[in-house]
Amino acid sequence: MNRTKVDEEEYWNSSKFKAFTFDDEDDELSQLKESKRAVNSLRDFVDDEDDDDLERVSWSGEPVGRRTRPGSFQSLSDALSDIPAKSYAPELGRPKGEYRDYSNDWSPSDTVRRLRKGKVCSLERFRSLQDKLQLLEEAVSMHDGNVITAVLIFLKRTLSKEILFRELEVRQVALRHLIHFLKEIGDQKLLLDLFRFLDRTEELALSHYREHLNIQDPEKRKEFLKTCIGLPFSAEDSAHIQDHYTLLERQIIIEANDRHLESAGQTEIFRKHPRKASILNMPLVTTLFYSCFYHYTEAEGTFSSPVNLKKTFKIPDKQYVLTALAARAKLRAWNDVDALFTTKNWLGYTKKRAPIGFHRVVEILHKNSAPVQVLQEYVNLVEDVDTKLNLATKFKCHDVVIDTCRDLKDRQQLLAYRSKVDKGSAEEEKIDAILNSSQIRWKN
Amino acid sequence: MAFPHRPDAPELPDFSMLKRLARDQLIYLLEQLPGKKDLFIEADLMSPLDRIANVSILKQHEVDKLYKVENKPAVSSSEQLCFLVRPRIKNMRYVASLVNADKLAGRTRKYKVIFSPQKFHACEMVLEEEGVYGDVSCDEWAFSLLPLDVDLLSMELPEFFRDYFLEGDQRWINTVAQALHLLSTLYGPFPNCYGIGRCTKMSYELWRKLEEEEDGETKGRRPEIGHVFLLDRDVDFVTALCSQVVYEGLVDDTFRVKCGKWHLGEAGGGARSSAPGGLSQGVFNEIRNEHFSNVFGFLSQKARNLQAQYDRRRGMDIKQMKNFVSQELKGLKQEHRLLSVHIGACESIMKKKTKQDFQELIKTEHALLEGFNIRESTSYIEEHIDRQVSPIESLRLMCLLSITENGEPLQPKTYGPEHLLTFSNLRRAGLLTEQAPGDTLTAVESKVSKLVTDKAAGKITDAFSSLAKRSNFRAISKKLNLVRRFRMDGEAVGVLGALPRACRHRRAGSGSTPADVTKEDKASSESLRLIMVVFLGGCTFSEISALRFLGREKGYRFIFLTTAVTNSARLMEAMSEVKA
Repeated sequence: MNRTKVDEEEYWNSSKFKAFTFDDEDDELSQLKESKRAVNSLRDFVDDEDDDDLERVSWSGEPVGRRTRPGSFQSLSDALSDIPAKSYAPELGRPKGEYRDYSNDWSPSDTVRRLRKGKVCSLERFRSLQDKLQLLEEAVSMHDGNVITAVLIFLKRTLSKEILFRELEVRQVALRHLIHFLKEIGDQKLLLDLFRFLDRTEELALSHYREHLNIQDPEKRKEFLKTCIGLPFSAEDSAHIQDHYTLLERQIIIEANDRHLESAGQTEIFRKHPRKASILNMPLVTTLFYSCFYHYTEAEGTFSSPVNLKKTFKIPDKQYVLTALAARAKLRAWNDVDALFTTKNWLGYTKKRAPIGFHRVVEILHKNSAPVQVLQEYVNLVEDVDTKLNLATKFKCHDVVIDTCRDLKDRQQLLAYRSKVDKGSAEEEKIDAILNSSQIRWKN
Repeated sequence: MAFPHRPDAPELPDFSMLKRLARDQLIYLLEQLPGKKDLFIEADLMSPLDRIANVSILKQHEVDKLYKVENKPAVSSSEQLCFLVRPRIKNMRYVASLVNADKLAGRTRKYKVIFSPQKFHACEMVLEEEGVYGDVSCDEWAFSLLPLDVDLLSMELPEFFRDYFLEGDQRWINTVAQALHLLSTLYGPFPNCYGIGRCTKMSYELWRKLEEEEDGETKGRRPEIGHVFLLDRDVDFVTALCSQVVYEGLVDDTFRVKCGKWHLGEAGGGARSSAPGGLSQGVFNEIRNEHFSNVFGFLSQKARNLQAQYDRRRGMDIKQMKNFVSQELKGLKQEHRLLSVHIGACESIMKKKTKQDFQELIKTEHALLEGFNIRESTSYIEEHIDRQVSPIESLRLMCLLSITENGEPLQPKTYGPEHLLTFSNLRRAGLLTEQAPGDTLTAVESKVSKLVTDKAAGKITDAFSSLAKRSNFRAISKKLNLVRRFRMDGEAVGVLGALPRACRHRRAGSGSTPADVTKEDKASSESLRLIMVVFLGGCTFSEISALRFLGREKGYRFIFLTTAVTNSARLMEAMSEVKA
């Protein structure tokens, strides 16, 4: 038992124990009195704790009667003490205040105070609904969540759920604590009943949906997700739930298929880049990347084709292009990258366009160690001149730098760049040719 | 370069006492189970425990083997098992399964559960349900304050944020009250108390109740700390969500500082970000509060100096060399080791920054704080989401946008279904909101202007309490000139900027009842310059750093008490739904 300072304060200040005063008469007698009293008090204190032991049992059951004290020791000290109500049956003679330590007489505020200190209290005596609610109110006004939850545990056990719900509906703080408690102990059924009662349909749906995290088996999880469709989510969330189900359904099919292909060992892409993990339960974008990586060329009809994914899940262009680019760049499939950005206009001319800004394209290409010729082409497409120059310099796309400097008529910068290129290289020659050109009206 | 303390800076109280108290309490509890025993520790408690009582001390008190409480079943052959855990239901189930397994095997041992910082009634209920209540003895290790630095106390309760701000569970309010009570017993009383927020109010009231019950503890003592400020985390989410740019904050963001310690990972080496008695490791103390842009140059210079000192030995004779080796070499070696750790850390941080395109990120954040270029910022964030670089980062940016813009103008469709639960949590916690019609910026600004007519402290808190916390960031920020640029760290200080001003005015209202202005004359002028700031829900290294700087500027000294040291990533993770 952890004897905290608080306990000791209580021990000294409780009415049971008379204080020792020095104005008593003789030393010897008073010393004897004092030591007897001290030992007696100690006994009581120990007894008190033992009584707590017994009272613990009453947490689930009946009110427990008091344990009688060993008579002899008590009565001796009683004889010597100043307590007026002398008796050999201590229980009867003592003033009512001294019963305070027994649970039967504690008021709601006393009870709550004891609960806050972590003491076990029997709450059984709060039988009427009014008493129960008063107890709850005291707990809430104390602000201690531990106490509020303790009272709620008691109420949950001794009230029907309809009554409990009805009362908590108008008590927000207590309600929150009950909800959190139910979540923590995993009483999903009661939690959902509660949400249903409160007509909190969205929370009901979300709470039910959350359970999917506990289901490991993909098939079972898929079946579970199916039950989530049609629950009262918000419109936006409903779409997401549907997507989640569809995605997992697809992933199961793709996973089975690809695992088969991989083990068969005939497909080149799987041989060259063996899969590091299963696609099950992966996010949508990861699935798209996977599909662009392993199934890029497939037609729209198959579940594993990127185009199919795009259409089914309404993936926006930006997202699609970024992901496809990342996947193809990783595979160093520069032709595919090219095709991604090439469009034919109505005259039949091809033009390169990107929904994401070519500087991003360049970065991704560079990250995947694209050769300079490829980088160069896309750096050239960057619209903002400063960005273009920065990137070109960063990635050593000499021609782009040179051309841009020339277009900007910036001789100083071109000169500066000349020192960065290799001596005697084609680039150096090109720079010299431009610098010597009489047609350019340099600005500096 | 660091924040060398002004010669007139007030002296801090000695918080090392708290560690000794905690250690003694733990030892006492361990000795209640005499004889050899195995100790099972919950993962979250391992780091704090390590700072209080390391393994050798535990062994001295007959702890034989140490285990971590985790999902796997434990195999221990000891006759006595001791569990040091937080009061969580799942820990109770863990203990119960172990005890019941023993029972099934016909084996009885001694079991003791030590709850830190206290036992919850729900835990006892579970033990009872599982039929093991009579088989285990329960104790409480009332350790709730870990000094992480001379001026930083942490309660090591990161779960506080989610439990209170998401679930509305007030279970830790008693812990906060107890901590405040302990502090006021040891270092108090506190003559002036201020606070903002609902949790603050409740903690304060419970604390006062505790003080009443224990009347007489602090009467007549000279207060050491003149002012106490309590703040709910949700009064200012913005600062916590911003990227950190002071070195210590960046270290936390990159490597995750746990109880003052962090590791470089594969780069090798690690360091203590702080040590007892403020004997922070040399060079770290000089760079921790610095803006990152200053740090690398500083470290390079240090490295050069160090090299020069090494080189001195070239010209030495035997006697000088002997002296050098005995006196200086060890120190130089230590300095060298630390320097290489921090240079390595800088390199890792730089690598991560360039990967993330840090410059643009910071630019976007500043734009959001100041309220210009919103469209550009929004499209940056959209792109960030598209690139799927880091979902946590994207979430953080969305929340930042939502709060500063008074509602969420983005439609996060591209994230797919996996973040549905997280988004719902973010909304519940107030980190993401939908823009209500009529809540346009100008309408709100005029509302705020009417309330905040002057900068008196009372009005500031009136403004906070009467307006919804989620909204009106921009308006309040403008009115109070909260977004400041400091020469040193360029950090947005947010609400905290208002603190020193409030100190000089009357105490703030906002529902927190004024503390006993008992013996204001007893409080020396020195103690009045010592301010304790209590963060309910966590605080970041940047905020600590900013306040330290402010303190130095204005002649105050701050002491920080936080439920945990946090950063934007941890806040977002706390809101995520991974496994039920």
